[in-house]
Amino acid sequence: MLYSQKGMATAPVKTAAGNNAQQGFVYLPLIAGWLFPGAGHFLLRKWGRGALLSISIIGMFVLGLAMKGKIYSSAQDILDMLGFVGDLGNGLLFLVSRVLGLGADQVMVTTADYGTKFIVVAGLLNVIAAVDAHNLRTGRKPE
Amino acid sequence: MTHISHFTAVFFFALFASTVFGITQRETPRRMFRYGIYCFTLFVSSAIVISWVMFLIAR
Repeated sequence: MLYSQKGMATAPVKTAAGNNAQQGFVYLPLIAGWLFPGAGHFLLRKWGRGALLSISIIGMFVLGLAMKGKIYSSAQDILDMLGFVGDLGNGLLFLVSRVLGLGADQVMVTTADYGTKFIVVAGLLNVIAAVDAHNLRTGRKPE
Repeated sequence: MTHISHFTAVFFFALFASTVFGITQRETPRRMFRYGIYCFTLFVSSAIVISWVMFLIAR
């Protein structure tokens, strides 16, 4: 068990939810964090964590694009489908890249294959970060 | 187009993934840092070990 229940009745756990006094839309950090990496933590005034998450996820995504990684646009088979779902985790980064036509259509060299994986993993990491922001907001994760 | 070595790719992958894992999977800054270092070490060292195993198998 990750979170201790000890002392909950006497000393309330300090949470981001407590700070916000349960005001506002509870899913806002989750959605904001998905749309832009780190934004969920910024909303909860976790500036340091948000900045590190933002730099890490955007860095991985940009590095993937720089290596001419492929951005999935359609699903022909199950692997494409999984890659597309991973890419969707990047939120606005994915949408902007699609609109601007960034990324390669075909993987031609080895580094492009690495780049494709970088982009997919950046999306998956962004989903983890957004869920973390949601857990902080609801108080499931202590501050 | 950026050409980077396999090891450089592993290094950046491990760095970014470990940072996110550390922040999201632990509660206190000290434990986050330690878990991040732990994940980074495992990522890089396992890549090196597996690379050597593949090299020896291929000989």
